[in-house]
Amino acid sequence: MTGAYRPRPLLSRVADAVYWMGRYIERAENVARFIDVNQNLMLDLPRGFGEQWQPIIDTTGDRAAFLAQYGEATLANVVQFLAFDTRNPNSIYSCVTAARENARSVRETISSEMWEQINSLYLLIAMESRKQLAEGLPQFCREVRMACHLFQGIHHATMSHNEAWHFIRLGTSLERADKTTRILDVKYFILLPSVSDVGTPYDDIQWGAVLKSVSGFEMYRKCYGRIVPERVVEFLLLDGEFPRAVRYCIGLADNSLHSITGTRLGAFSCATEQRLGLLRSELDYAQVDPILRSGLHEFFDGLQLKMNTIDECIRGDFFAQKVALAVGNSGGND
Amino acid sequence: MHFSAYDTQGFYDEMFEENGKPRPHAGLLLETVESLSDGHLLRYKHAAERLLLQMGITFNVYGDTAGTERIFPFDLIPRIIPADEWDVIERGLKQRVHALNCFIDDIYHDQRILASGVIPRDVILSAVSYRKQCQGLNPPRRVWCHVTGTDLVRGGDGRYYVLEDNLRVPSGVSYVLENREVLKRIFPAVFEGLSVRPVAEYPSRLLETLESIAPHPMSSPRVVLLTPGIYNSAYFEHSFLAQQMGVQLVEGRDLVVEGGEVFMRTTKGMERVDVIYRRIDDDFLDPQAFRADSLLGVPGLMSAYQQGRVALANAPGNGVADDKVVYAYVPDMIRYYEGEDPILPNVPTYLCWRDADRAYVLEHLAELVVKAANESGGYGMLVGPHSTAAQCEEFARKIQANPRNFIAQPTLALSRVPTIVEDHFEGRHVDLRPYVLCGKDIYVAPGGLTRVAMKKGSLVVNSSQGGGSKDTWVLSHAAGGLGPGGGPQPTGGQQQ
Repeated sequence: MTGAYRPRPLLSRVADAVYWMGRYIERAENVARFIDVNQNLMLDLPRGFGEQWQPIIDTTGDRAAFLAQYGEATLANVVQFLAFDTRNPNSIYSCVTAARENARSVRETISSEMWEQINSLYLLIAMESRKQLAEGLPQFCREVRMACHLFQGIHHATMSHNEAWHFIRLGTSLERADKTTRILDVKYFILLPSVSDVGTPYDDIQWGAVLKSVSGFEMYRKCYGRIVPERVVEFLLLDGEFPRAVRYCIGLADNSLHSITGTRLGAFSCATEQRLGLLRSELDYAQVDPILRSGLHEFFDGLQLKMNTIDECIRGDFFAQKVALAVGNSGGND
Repeated sequence: MHFSAYDTQGFYDEMFEENGKPRPHAGLLLETVESLSDGHLLRYKHAAERLLLQMGITFNVYGDTAGTERIFPFDLIPRIIPADEWDVIERGLKQRVHALNCFIDDIYHDQRILASGVIPRDVILSAVSYRKQCQGLNPPRRVWCHVTGTDLVRGGDGRYYVLEDNLRVPSGVSYVLENREVLKRIFPAVFEGLSVRPVAEYPSRLLETLESIAPHPMSSPRVVLLTPGIYNSAYFEHSFLAQQMGVQLVEGRDLVVEGGEVFMRTTKGMERVDVIYRRIDDDFLDPQAFRADSLLGVPGLMSAYQQGRVALANAPGNGVADDKVVYAYVPDMIRYYEGEDPILPNVPTYLCWRDADRAYVLEHLAELVVKAANESGGYGMLVGPHSTAAQCEEFARKIQANPRNFIAQPTLALSRVPTIVEDHFEGRHVDLRPYVLCGKDIYVAPGGLTRVAMKKGSLVVNSSQGGGSKDTWVLSHAAGGLGPGGGPQPTGGQQQ
């Protein structure tokens, strides 16, 4: 056995699996946070405000499926649908199951610690799904969130920051950007202050909840102090330091992409790099006021579209290559 | 928990002599187990099971819609093999695997052993696992059985017998490694006191073996492990071995044959592959050469292999020696190729295609174990003493319809090892599967998988039939004083 170092090529199937593993874990974490924060918010609102569970379904983009299966958006229905329903591909249970299936298929690529963490998260949820939902909900959401955080930490600290690692981070960052975008989009319309509410404690509480749902409350306070809707949008969309801000996530994704390809930042060698680079520059040089003036919802629609295109480009550039690419390396070792 | 009520019931027990006295090599372990406070061992057992579940070392329960996953039953009480016994096993296995390798090479070339009449030609050419596609093939180093998982049993007479050779794609070695990890955490002091030979070397040895068969001399050949995928019951083992060896785990869809060479699809294009440790049966390896409906394999793989562009381990076609009728001739092969008597005997075997044997078998079905020649995993098998008259009749009809396909053996009183049953110990029957690697030389991993029939009285140890496993401790000679009369003595007061 020789000890000579050889960069280890990454199987396309493996790249695909770790990318989705990253996305699904991030998705599960976000759903858990949405449920938790929303329940918390309900408790602070006066009865007259009505139940605000429908917006959460809209955030995850599954409105039609939910209405067809459950009808009314009650706490019990929403939690069942978002946390445990195996028919909902975006439920926490489904996400963690999918993350685990992906992790299982690449166990030899990721570290054992990562696999064990995903596996224990799965076992936790499988166990909870058999129980009756009750007071345990906040605790459950917290456990899911912490388990996902733990996974992020383990992933960072136990796996070489190699190509596969960057594919995980690429998936994670894109998913995170997507979720922040969605929650902002939905909440902005629900919470657009009606004249009578402006300046009331409830306005403050609701926007606070938006920030909390992406763990951004404390960091926002440090930057801006008072809670102002425009500044919340600016913070969550364009901040360059907050790790769940859309701009920050897109920057991270772009960095990982360039680590994967070896192309220098600011240049591109494939469709993914070109699209992601464009989006990154757009966010780097954007200002919030013109965006709000021309319509935040339209802006978010455009953003979603761009991110979907990037996802398709990744598939085409890295996961589903044609055999015709075979020539390059053949016979090099003889 | 104590062994005071433990009864060997007349079977050969790996831990106790006939009179109930602990065997010399078992003393320290028994003493340690008995010194544990009440409930301690059971807590360890549950902790070990949780650990296995946590590590995801599970298999799927078919037909369970809730997707329940279970761990393979694992018993904490190990099986211990003294150094001198292991020496015999090791020499016997090396001799046997060497002879089997000569035999397979001979069959796919000159067939001298058939010409000289040692084995009837019909027996070989009628074996389902004989592959005419392999005729004339020269695998690197002329090695055909790179990884062998021979099944041994110990009979009531205390001797080890070879039950099966398992040359095709033997599995289970990952449990050997994982079981050991668990037991080291539970009985650290016993390990120190007994000097148990480590098993952790296996993945490095396997990688060395695989690198040694690269088709061309090269500094670091690209080795991959080919798996049928995550739904295969041995998938855990495939990913585990790939991870331990640091090689890529690939599925058939990751590989492609282009210009006679084998490549894998990577994010940066195609990379050539030199050695494939395949854990897919011959039948599914290449739809162009074998079963056309296989979606698991790689079209064109066999032709790349035949042209010497890629090495396959284990070599396709080696299953010809796994046929249970061919098995009966292994002692003759050893005499023929090695010029020696077999060190490890076969279990006496009746071949139903011989008229006299068949008559005897049909007459004595209720006492015999009958096996189909080409089945494994405990399928296609009749254990006479544990079967109903109707089941015996059904097998009698099958034997008469296709005598070539059946063999029979006396029902062996397999040796037993104390096993935790609820809150006490009972004897359970075991076998032993050591793993043998063959590349530049032959290596026998010190230990192996002790499979245990968890059901009371059962003789079927296969995991598909409710079997479990135990760690296997091979003691080293360095332990010195642990021969008869040596070593720590068990405390006397508890043996009444």
